[in-house]
Amino acid sequence: MNSMGRRRFLKILGSASALGAMGLPSLSFSKSTARVVVVGGGFGGATCAKYLKRFDPSLDVTLISPAKTFVTCPFSNMVIGGLHKMDFITHNYKKLSGVHGVNVVHDTVTAIDPATRTLRMAGGQSLGFDRLVLSPGIGFQWDAIEGYDQAASKTMPHSWHGGSQTVLLRKQLEAMPNGGLVVIAPPANPFRCPPGPYERASLIAHYLKQHKPRSKVLILDAKDKFSKQPLFQDAWDEFYPDHIEWVPGSQGGTLTRVDAKTNTVYADDEAFKASVANIIPPQKAASIAHTAGLTNAKGWCPINKKTFESTIHKNIHVIGDASIATKMPKSGFSANTQAKACAAEIVAALRGDTIGVSSWVNTCYSLITPDYGISVAAVYRLSEKGIMPVKGAGGVGPRDASRETRRMEALYAEGWYKAITTDMFG
Amino acid sequence: MKKTTSKNIALAAIPLLLLISGCANKAVDYRSAMLANPCAGCHGTDGVSPGSIPPLNGLSSKYIASSMQDFKTGQRKGTVMNRIAKGYTDEEIKLMANTFSK
Repeated sequence: MNSMGRRRFLKILGSASALGAMGLPSLSFSKSTARVVVVGGGFGGATCAKYLKRFDPSLDVTLISPAKTFVTCPFSNMVIGGLHKMDFITHNYKKLSGVHGVNVVHDTVTAIDPATRTLRMAGGQSLGFDRLVLSPGIGFQWDAIEGYDQAASKTMPHSWHGGSQTVLLRKQLEAMPNGGLVVIAPPANPFRCPPGPYERASLIAHYLKQHKPRSKVLILDAKDKFSKQPLFQDAWDEFYPDHIEWVPGSQGGTLTRVDAKTNTVYADDEAFKASVANIIPPQKAASIAHTAGLTNAKGWCPINKKTFESTIHKNIHVIGDASIATKMPKSGFSANTQAKACAAEIVAALRGDTIGVSSWVNTCYSLITPDYGISVAAVYRLSEKGIMPVKGAGGVGPRDASRETRRMEALYAEGWYKAITTDMFG
Repeated sequence: MKKTTSKNIALAAIPLLLLISGCANKAVDYRSAMLANPCAGCHGTDGVSPGSIPPLNGLSSKYIASSMQDFKTGQRKGTVMNRIAKGYTDEEIKLMANTFSK
C-alpha cells in the first residue's frame, strides 16, 4: 500500500461503493491457473482474450483463430467503395501474444466436449478448459435461396465475411462496364450488421457516380424496412437519386432464385441481369456452434443474458453474432462490449464473486459519402425481458442534423474504427 | 459516497486494498469496469484514443462528469454523446468519470 497515495485510496473506496452488493474478491483465489479458451479471433474473441488478461494476468488464456490475420467486416464497405485498401482492414495477433500474454493458436476447432471440457482441433491437438468462450461469428444458410450455394458465391459474392470475398466484389466493380447494373440482395432479420447493406449501396453508388455514372445500384430487399432507413433515404435522395433504387420485400424485392451461370437474379419472377450481384444470404451461427450442440431450432445460440453462458452447456459462453442477445444487434461493437462484460463475469465466477450490474453499448456509424456519416446508438441493460435498450436514450441521429454534424460523424466513423481495432488487437 | 454506508464500505475495502497492494491477484472493480469499458469502443482502451474521437484519459473526473451531464441535458451539443449520456444515472456518470481520470 506504500505506493498508494491518499487520493487514490479514497478513490478506490469511492468506486468500491458497489462492493456490498456484488460481494468481495476472494483472498483464497490467490494463485489462479484457471484455463480459459477463446474460440474465434474477431470482435468478440480478440477483445475477450485481451480483457481476461487485463482483469486477471494470472489466468491461462488461449485464443484459437484459424488465420494469422483477421480482416474486419466493418470498414470492408470502404474497401469495396474504393476509399481504403485491404491492409487498412487487416490485423494480426502479435500484440495479444507478445504484450498481453495470450497464447495464440492458429487452428480450427472441430469438436467440443462439454462433459470433459476438452476441444479438438483440425491439426490433431486437444485442449482442456475450465471455461470456454465461443465467438465464432456467422455461417450462411446455403439452402435458403435457390441457386445460391458456396460455388455460386465465387461469382456472386456475399462479401459478408471480410477477406477474399471483399476483394472479389471490389474487383468486379472495377471491371464492370459503365451502364451496368449492381444488385445488392440483403436478407430478412436477424443478420450480421443490419445497416451494412445500405452503407454498401451508398459507397458503391459513390464509386459509380464518379467512374461509371450510367450504372446503378438496385437493392432487392427481403424486408420492408431497415436500420437507419429515414437517414439513408434522405441522403440517397440528395446524393444518389439516379444511382440507388430500393425495392422492399412486399413490393417485388424478395429473391426467388439466382442463376450464377448467367449472373441473373430473380425477384417475384422478374429477371434482373446483373453486371455485379452481391447476394447476402440468410445467416445462422457459425458451424462450430452447431457441431457443439449450442444452437436452437433457428440456428442461433441461446444464452444466459447476464453472463452469456450457454443455456444448453455449462461453462461455455457464446458472445457476438452467434449469440441471442435480445435487442442487441449483431454488430462488431455489440460483440466488443459483450466480450468485456463476459470476461468480467468469467473472472468473477472463478473467484466466487457476483457482479451486481450489467451494461452494454452499441454505437454504429455508416458512411453515405466520405464526408457524410450517420449513426445509431444505444445503452443496454438487463431486465426481465432480457437485454433491453435504456428508454429515452440512444436511437438514430436527427433527420435535420446540420452538414457539420454529418461531416463530424464521418470523421468519427474512422475514429471509431481505429479505437475499436486497437481495443481488440493493440 | 453516502455517510450512512461509509463504515461498511471501509470494512469491505480492506481485503480489496490488500489485493491491490501486493497479493498475486489484482481486485477487479467490476461495477466501474462494466460501466466504463464500453466507452473504449470509441474513445480507446483506458480512454487513450488513437484516432479522431476525443480522448478521456488524463481529463479530470470533474470535467468528464460535467461534460456527460451537459450532453445528457442537451446543454452541450454533440453527435452521439447526447443520445448515449441519457443512458446513465448521475451516480454512474461519476463512477465512470473517476475510472478514466485515474
